Amino acid sequence: MAEFFQFLVSGLTVGAVYALVALGFTLIYNASDVVNFAQGEFVMLGGMVTVFAHAAGVPLPLAAILAIVVAVIVGISLYWLAIAPARGASAVSLIIITIGASIFLRGVAQVVFDKQFHKLPSFSGDTPVQMMGAAVQPQSFWVIGGAATVVLLLYLFLERTLVGKAVLATSANRLAAKLVGINTATIMALSFGGSAAIGGIAGVLVTPITLTSYDVGTLLALKGFAAAMLGGMGNPFGALAGGLLLGLLEAFGAGLSQLHLQGRVRLHRHPRRAVRGAAGPVRRRAVERV
Amino acid sequence: MPRWVRHRYASLVVLAVVIALLPLLFPSSYYYRVAALVWVSALAAIGLNILMGKAGQVSLGHAGFFGIGAYAVAIGPTHLGVPPLASLLIGAVLSAALAYLVGRPILRLKGHYLAIATLGLGVLVALVITTEIRWTGGPDGMPVKKLVVFGWRASGADTWYWITAGMLLIGTWLALNLDDTPTGRAFRALHDSEIAARVAGVHVDRFKLQAFVIAAVYASLAGSALALMNGFVNPDQAGFLHSVEMVTMVVLGGLGSVIGSIVGAAVLIMLPQALTVFQEYEHLLLGFLIIVSMIFMRDGIVPMLAKLPGRRA
Amino acid sequence: MSVLSVSDIGISFGGLKAIDGVGFSVEAGEIFSIIGPNGAGKTTLFNVISGLYTAGQGRIELGGQDVTGLAPDELAARGLSRTFQNLQIFQRMTAVENVMVGRHLREKCNLFADLFRLPSVSRQNATTRDAALALLDEVGLRADADKLAGSLSYGACKRLEIARALAAEPRVLLLDEPAAGCNAVETEEIDALISRVAKKGVAVVLVEHDMKLVMKISDRILVLERGCPLIEGTPQQVLADPAVLEAYLGKHGAREAARA
Repeated sequence: MAEFFQFLVSGLTVGAVYALVALGFTLIYNASDVVNFAQGEFVMLGGMVTVFAHAAGVPLPLAAILAIVVAVIVGISLYWLAIAPARGASAVSLIIITIGASIFLRGVAQVVFDKQFHKLPSFSGDTPVQMMGAAVQPQSFWVIGGAATVVLLLYLFLERTLVGKAVLATSANRLAAKLVGINTATIMALSFGGSAAIGGIAGVLVTPITLTSYDVGTLLALKGFAAAMLGGMGNPFGALAGGLLLGLLEAFGAGLSQLHLQGRVRLHRHPRRAVRGAAGPVRRRAVERV
Repeated sequence: MPRWVRHRYASLVVLAVVIALLPLLFPSSYYYRVAALVWVSALAAIGLNILMGKAGQVSLGHAGFFGIGAYAVAIGPTHLGVPPLASLLIGAVLSAALAYLVGRPILRLKGHYLAIATLGLGVLVALVITTEIRWTGGPDGMPVKKLVVFGWRASGADTWYWITAGMLLIGTWLALNLDDTPTGRAFRALHDSEIAARVAGVHVDRFKLQAFVIAAVYASLAGSALALMNGFVNPDQAGFLHSVEMVTMVVLGGLGSVIGSIVGAAVLIMLPQALTVFQEYEHLLLGFLIIVSMIFMRDGIVPMLAKLPGRRA
Repeated sequence: MSVLSVSDIGISFGGLKAIDGVGFSVEAGEIFSIIGPNGAGKTTLFNVISGLYTAGQGRIELGGQDVTGLAPDELAARGLSRTFQNLQIFQRMTAVENVMVGRHLREKCNLFADLFRLPSVSRQNATTRDAALALLDEVGLRADADKLAGSLSYGACKRLEIARALAAEPRVLLLDEPAAGCNAVETEEIDALISRVAKKGVAVVLVEHDMKLVMKISDRILVLERGCPLIEGTPQQVLADPAVLEAYLGKHGAREAARA
């Protein structure tokens, strides 16, 4: 039971991060039909900017906000500088542009920051909370709660504001939205900005648990994309469910094979090794790989 | 445009001449090595282009087949006592079989769904390679025994230059052959309109599968060649980033253009070599160049160049 | 005996009956037209017959064999060919290549022979190309043979589709609005072409909005309204039926027309 709960929490924590990345994919995909493989770089930016701003003496909350702002600026620039000029290109070409952007952003991060792994202090200390016999990192609550808040805010934004409705209209039918006077280009830029903000927030929240470096984005993008597809590309609730499911599968898969079936369920061991951006227990692994 | 340019094998002849003359310009064996890398990557890209450019099906996991080919020539001689050449063939057969088995269900998917399914396939192959440490050496990779054919040892960058060039010429020849045949037309037809192709009696599923298997075999052979040349394999060759690199070669060079794939491979292999001068700015510049070239050369380098004379007229 | 016989076809989309109880049969060499107001289910019926949709009920026989529920490529192999209302041409292939794809079933197709381009493949290619060129000649597109299909005009694409469908040497040819978007001269040509095809013994089923064309060349006509058969008969019988007028013009319009 205690083990079950431990896996559950760690699965939900990783899953919440995947869900946020998947949500970012979905937001951009809905508004513009672009599958944005630079999504993971937003998470990286969220983490790295916070780390470096914090190290330079900026208080943590301010550093986090700064990081999210930077991610948003990068997201909107990505749209205006790389996606908008390529309008009308094929889906594969657009994917390659975003992959190019991902390599570019990684390259920039490598130059501006460095190639080391970095850690942020946990927001509320490192003393594990004992729950149902399991030791839960306090940061897990931040990640899960933060993700839930983001989802709630996004929902309110889309359902309750005029701009949000314009985003929904654009994703439903771009031409029709244009005809009723919505500036679809602005909406698409906005969706890139929003998506970057979500990624940035994910980066800020998860860095105390998983560490960050200039190249954490690739795997996160891969997982987030898988989660978005699992939930049916373009469906925000699907993206959430897909992310959580993926996180839980990994946590339980990795945990079970480690505890009971070591050596027998080989396949289940891989995700753990593959996910550098995973929760608690994987931390030591990430350090080894430096 | 002169008539000979339009001949089916014009590009093959040009390629052969380039291959024959290029070494005259090489100041050191390093250049032989880079060129051989280009030939190997081009071979894989040509195969992938048959799938993507002709039949219009995306694969984001093609490095998986590249990895199978590479590890076949590593594992066969080391662990099983199978000669390298036979291992290379076994790798190709295994890749074909895997493509056939997996392709049947996943090629029914379309667009992004096909992309994620193939991506998953690639990731799975890479994970198996990383995990089966006893056989593959895990994340660290493993050494590959030298290719020995009837007592002759293939080693040295210049030797591999000629071997890979020969493989590329054959691969190019086969791909060019395919274009104007019932199979090639079926590929292109189902790319443009699956419905119309089916109504014309084209067995769409079968041809998608054929294109997938062809692409897998090309990638596998390229992987084997690279492993034998390097004398070493590592899991990165089967990884997602390598898959993406292969797709980028195809699209950058020009979807559907055989020569385009070779140009795309040349650009993507040589660019990082050239950019190493810029040291830590290498990735930044590579990403930047990919974005810029995709924005300004949407159809790919070769189709765009082919259009130029027409524009002037 | 009829080449194509369709009986009691029904199909619903989400509870809405798009077609209900439609049946007809066509003889070799006959031109059979299906008309009806927009949304009457003509194209849906074509999609069912050509295997793109699976009907909820009914039976389709081709040359006396039950072919209900077969896939489009299997139907093509049994001699059914069609064109599309919204064009389905192979844009990135040349006109002649489009027609050559139409001959797919008449060609031997072996991957290895094709990869190595054996002499037999080259020979077959030449034969196929000649046959395709002859068909392009027939539809008046011989001069455009080596142009990309995507660069042809709408009317030319319509005719290209007919040539591609004919390339399979079908027993039954379904034409979905072949004259749509064509000018008067082109319509004349298509009219003549359809008659020629039927004379060769092909059963032609035609969906068309150009009433002049339909009345002129059809042997028999089936009128559909809201997915149900309204009347079937010769052009004269159909023209004389007040229900047809009403279906097209509404009650009020029919009265107006009767007065005029």
